[in-house]
Amino acid sequence: MALLNFEKKYRIRGGTLVGGDLFDFWIGPFYIGFFGVTTAFFALLGTLLIIWGAALGDTWNIWKISINPPPAKYGLGLAPLAEGGLWQLITICAVGAFGSWGLRQVEISRKLGMGYHVPIAYSVAVFAYVSLVIVRPVLMGAWTHGFPYGIFTHLDWVSYVGYQYGNFHYNPAHMVAITFFFTTTLALALHGSLVLSAVNPSDGKEVKTPEHEDTYFRDTIGYSIGTLGIHRLGLFLALNAGLWSAICIVISGPIWTSSWIEWWDFNWLGTPWWSF
Amino acid sequence: MSEYQNLFTKVQIRGPVERGVVAEGDYWERGTGGGFSTLLGKIGNAQLGPVYLGVYGVASLLCGFIAIEIIGLNMMAQVNWDPIQFVRQFNYLALSPPAAEYGLSIPPLNEGGWWLMAGAFLTASILFWWARTYSRAIELGMGTHVAWAFASAIWLYLVLGFFRPILMGDWSEAVPFGIFEHLNWTNNFSIQYGNLFYNPFHALSIVFLYGSALLFAMHGATILAVSRYGGDREIDQIVDRGTASERAALFWRWTMGFNASMESIHRWAWWFAVLTTLTGGIGILLTGTVVDNWYDWAVKHDFAPEGQWEPDF
Repeated sequence: MALLNFEKKYRIRGGTLVGGDLFDFWIGPFYIGFFGVTTAFFALLGTLLIIWGAALGDTWNIWKISINPPPAKYGLGLAPLAEGGLWQLITICAVGAFGSWGLRQVEISRKLGMGYHVPIAYSVAVFAYVSLVIVRPVLMGAWTHGFPYGIFTHLDWVSYVGYQYGNFHYNPAHMVAITFFFTTTLALALHGSLVLSAVNPSDGKEVKTPEHEDTYFRDTIGYSIGTLGIHRLGLFLALNAGLWSAICIVISGPIWTSSWIEWWDFNWLGTPWWSF
Repeated sequence: MSEYQNLFTKVQIRGPVERGVVAEGDYWERGTGGGFSTLLGKIGNAQLGPVYLGVYGVASLLCGFIAIEIIGLNMMAQVNWDPIQFVRQFNYLALSPPAAEYGLSIPPLNEGGWWLMAGAFLTASILFWWARTYSRAIELGMGTHVAWAFASAIWLYLVLGFFRPILMGDWSEAVPFGIFEHLNWTNNFSIQYGNLFYNPFHALSIVFLYGSALLFAMHGATILAVSRYGGDREIDQIVDRGTASERAALFWRWTMGFNASMESIHRWAWWFAVLTTLTGGIGILLTGTVVDNWYDWAVKHDFAPEGQWEPDF
C-alpha cells in the first residue's frame, strides 16, 4: 500500500517498549512491533475458537451464533471446552488482544512523539469489558455471570440482568452512565458542527476563525470552552461514560442484590433527615 | 517517563473581555457583560459571556420558563405545596399525559391538559432555540451545521411526544414529564412491544451512541496527544496541514490501517452524533405503528431464537 505523501519522514526506528528493533517494522499501513505480533496471535486464536464454538452450536446464522459462559456448577473453575471452556479461552484471548492493542498504541505514541492519551483512554474501555467478564463473575462466584458472546444473545443477557434488578434505569450509577453517554454525544455533535461550520461557510465566504467559534457559543449559550478545552471535555465525558457503565454493572449483584427501585426507598425516601 | 500531558491549563493570562466578532444584520446588541472564572480556565477558556439574547432567545427562554413552571407547579400541587416533600419526592413526581380515552382532543387541565400545555410551550421553546442556533450562524457568516445537528435531536423529541402519539391516535402514548416516570415509560415501552433490543433501528441508535463516545474519546485523546504540536488549532490544521495533523493521522493509520483527516474527523463526529437520534426516532416511530412486537418480528425474520433465553443464574 502506498505511503501517504508525508509519511516517509515519520517512519523511523525507535520508541519500542519490548523487542528492540526486532519487530520495529510496518506491513502495509499497519505498524507491527512486539505487541502487533501478540495482538495478531490472540485475535487470530480467539476468532478461530469462536468459529470452533459456532461449529459445536446448532446454527450458522450470524445473528444467532452464541458462545456461552460455563454453567453455574463450574463456579470459578475451568469448564470443559464444549461447556463454556471455549468462552473462558476466548475471554483470555480477548483480554490478551485488547491489552496488546493498548500497548501497541503506547509504542506508536512514543514513535510519533505524542502523549499517551489514546492508550489511556482505550484502557478505560478494556477495563469496562474486564469488569463485565472477569471482575463481576469473580465477585459473584461463578463464570456463568459473564455475558455470552453472540450478537443477540448478549442483548438477551443485558435484558435479563436488567430485569433481575427490577428496573435497571433506577440504578443511580446507570443514570450517571447514561447521562454521560448522552452528554458526550451532544458535545460531539456541537464540536463537530462548530468546526465544520467554521471551515464550511456558505459559498463565496471566507473560512472563519476560532474567534468566530468562540463568538458563536458565547452568543448562544454564554460560554465557549475553546479549541483545547473541548477536547479535554470530550475525553472526560467519553471516559466517564465507560467508567460509570462498568461501575453500574459491578455494583449490581456484588453490592446491591434486590431491585434498584427499592434502593431509592431505602436510601432516599427512607433517610431520617426528611423528618428534621 | 513522566511528562506533561496537557490535561489542565497551568498558566492563565488575563486581558480585557473578548467582545466577539462583528455579526451582520444584528437586530439586537450583544450583551456588555462578561467576566472570568479561574476554575473554568483550568479546563478551557476562562471567559464567561457576553451573551446575545435576540428575539428568538427571549422567546425561547420565555416559553421554556412557562413550560418548567407548569411542570413544577403541578408537581408542587401534588405534594400539597410542601417544599420539603417536593425535594423528597421530586424523582417520583410527574406531569403525565391524558388518559387514552381523550384521544387527540384537549383534555381538562387536571387530566392531562397541563401536560399538553407544558409540551406545547416546551416545543415552542425548543423551536425558538433552533431558530437561534440557525440565525446566529448566518449572522456570523458561518455554516449552519449546529442547527441541523440540533434538528436531529428535535426529531427524536417530536417523534416521542408528537408524531407517534398522533399516529397512534391519542396523547396517552407520549412520554410523561418526571424523572422516574419517564424511566418507567421507557421500561414499559420496551416490554409492551416485545423487547426493543430486537428493533434494528434501536440497535443502530445504540451503535451510534456508543460510537459517539468512542469517537470523542479517540478524537479528544488524539488532539490532546498532539497539542504539543498545536493540534488543538484545528482550523489552522485543516486549511494548512502541520505536523500535528500528520502525526494524528499516522497514529491511527499505523494503529488500525485507516485515518481521518483533521476536517473529516469532524464529519465522522457530526454524522455519528446526528444518526444517534435520527435512527432512534425512526425506531420509536415504527413501534406500535408498523411493528407490534419486535421479538415476534425478529423470530419471523430469523434473527431471534425461538423460546425464552435462559441463563444459568
